[in-house]
Amino acid sequence: MPSEDSKFEKLFLGGDEAVALAALDADVKLGSGYPGTPSTEILETFERLGGRAQWSPNEKVALEVGIGVAFAGARSLVTMKHVGLNVAADPLFTVAYTGVDGALMIVSADDPGMSSSQNEQDNRRYAVAAGVPMLEPANSQEAYDFTLRAIEISERWHIPVLFRMTTRVCHSKSVVQRGAAIPAATPAHFEHDIRSRVMIPAYARPAHHRLREKLEQIAEWNETSGLNTLTPGSKELGIITSGISYQHVREAVPEASVLKLGMTYPLPLEVMRNFAASAERCLVIEEGDPYLVESARMAGITVEDKPEMYRFGELNVPRVRRIVDGDLSPEAKPVAGKPPALCPGCPHRSVFTALKNLGCYVAGDIGCYSLGVLPPFEAMDSLVCMGAAIGVGLGMRHVLPPEQAKRVVSVLGDSTFVHSGITGLVEMVYNPPPTGHVLLILDNGTTAMTGLQEHPGTGRTLEHASTGKVVFEDLARSLGLRNVTVADPTADPKGFEDLVRSALEKPELSVIIARRNCLLAAKSIREYERCNEEQVSGD
Amino acid sequence: MKSRSAVTNIVVAGLGGQGVLKASDILAEVAFVSGLDVKKSEIHGMSQRGGSVSSDVRYGPVVFSPMVPEGEADYLLVTQEDQVAVNIHLLAQHGVVIQPAQVDQSELRNKKSLNVALLGVLSHHLSFPEEAWKAAIQHQLPEALHEANLQAFALGRRAGNQ
Repeated sequence: MPSEDSKFEKLFLGGDEAVALAALDADVKLGSGYPGTPSTEILETFERLGGRAQWSPNEKVALEVGIGVAFAGARSLVTMKHVGLNVAADPLFTVAYTGVDGALMIVSADDPGMSSSQNEQDNRRYAVAAGVPMLEPANSQEAYDFTLRAIEISERWHIPVLFRMTTRVCHSKSVVQRGAAIPAATPAHFEHDIRSRVMIPAYARPAHHRLREKLEQIAEWNETSGLNTLTPGSKELGIITSGISYQHVREAVPEASVLKLGMTYPLPLEVMRNFAASAERCLVIEEGDPYLVESARMAGITVEDKPEMYRFGELNVPRVRRIVDGDLSPEAKPVAGKPPALCPGCPHRSVFTALKNLGCYVAGDIGCYSLGVLPPFEAMDSLVCMGAAIGVGLGMRHVLPPEQAKRVVSVLGDSTFVHSGITGLVEMVYNPPPTGHVLLILDNGTTAMTGLQEHPGTGRTLEHASTGKVVFEDLARSLGLRNVTVADPTADPKGFEDLVRSALEKPELSVIIARRNCLLAAKSIREYERCNEEQVSGD
Repeated sequence: MKSRSAVTNIVVAGLGGQGVLKASDILAEVAFVSGLDVKKSEIHGMSQRGGSVSSDVRYGPVVFSPMVPEGEADYLLVTQEDQVAVNIHLLAQHGVVIQPAQVDQSELRNKKSLNVALLGVLSHHLSFPEEAWKAAIQHQLPEALHEANLQAFALGRRAGNQ
């Protein structure tokens, strides 16, 4: 990674790293987020470069922290994967009304093709739905440059900016020229502005009008913003595109004229209209949903869209060639590689062995333990979203005949429990099914799936320093639950299975915390603990 | 079909934990330091759990897409033989496969350096100076691993020469 005295004039960076570097150069005061592939490296890099970064329990809290930073007049960066923005959607829609004093840049790292996600939702729709400007970088240089521009736009119009990246932008490396051309940040300060920031209906109604006025101004500005670029080429074929698709287009059809959109909400409709009119055939090539196509058509611009079959998965150079050729023939299925598996010796292994042996109906969740769905275990019956294990398990228990209901367990990991499981636990206490319920928290001491990040249950911060710790068994007992057990599933697999069996047999609520550190993290965890203890005893 | 511009396409593939991404980082740095346009793409996420991993490295005067198109890889370097079948559709007709059998692994000082030994084999096919490779290996790896990996690289480079 680069440093101030970097020996190369140019840098070779991933998109996530480039965002982090730009945030540092722009004097972003605080980065907050929740880990999620492909966004995780942004805050990790920002912290490593000397920025201040924090993991929040979930994306909603991360965004709320970011809003506070921006209300206090400072520059704020909030990062998450695409599904994280669903969690953060509540504050997003209303901070669009309040606006901000400093800067608020929200990264949504989308995952077309689902390399590591449960869906491939297209978060460009969120910019439209919430009414926030959106930038889409197409490589690491733009990830750097557009971060600076996003902060400028946010400060100029006092509006949050959505920064939409995709897996191939986040995790591809390319050459970056560093250069921080951005006005200096002003020091954090707070002034009362009740009518702007307190969204009771009386104040929210005019706020909505203000938002639409801002968006109108930004739309006009975007016609000449310099964020959208034209590559002249053949009159016969013009292509409108954005993000990573631009790269595939330039390679697949080098002869085409190309309009590349950098700011995709609000759109520069007149630029698009003129471009479309200048080409004999104007094709929109975009990954995922037909967002640009629909927007163009609503504005009365005649454009050709991609066939529906290319809505699924990522685009690449061969697929863009097929779209241009109108090729509707079936595509070759990719050769299946070796699927991932729970590591040998992983503590989750004995948990899923037990659940399989006991014939459980497993309401599962998102994390490494999702791999419990694959052979040899095949011991997971549902996976929807972060924290869903508890609610889904309870719902099943409520309506199934008792003999079946008694087999239902909810299983989720430690970081997932903190993220969205705590409210599920409260639901369990408040609306217990007649047969009781069994909740298994698989506590491996880290956010393993995304690359071993800390969370509030580890008692260590993003940079692994000691901090307040949420103790799951104490939390569960404080809610009045009596059957709360902590067990090491690896040390005594038979005993663990017996423990789950006896919990299933009781018509009561049980919480079992299966606690053993992730094998990949165990050594580092020991090291962090040793360092933090030394620091305490040294004080 | 060879790519239309003078872009060299290399796919590095193997299983999680075999140093696939590190090998592609070293390769990309060598190309980057030589002043070329470089792009490198990979898929993270599930890769730590022993599944198939691959990374694309592309370099030339100008590179657009970060992903090597099907049938356009000039080289396919695998750290595990059975990953050839998974990735062979990416290889160009003239493409070259580089695989573990080309290196006498019993001579590796550290078995985990196979990825770098295979870079040694690859280096024989590419025009970058040996010094650039050594510098990138040292820049990309912690000091404690330098000696074993430089030895692995030299071993691979000799094997590639044969």
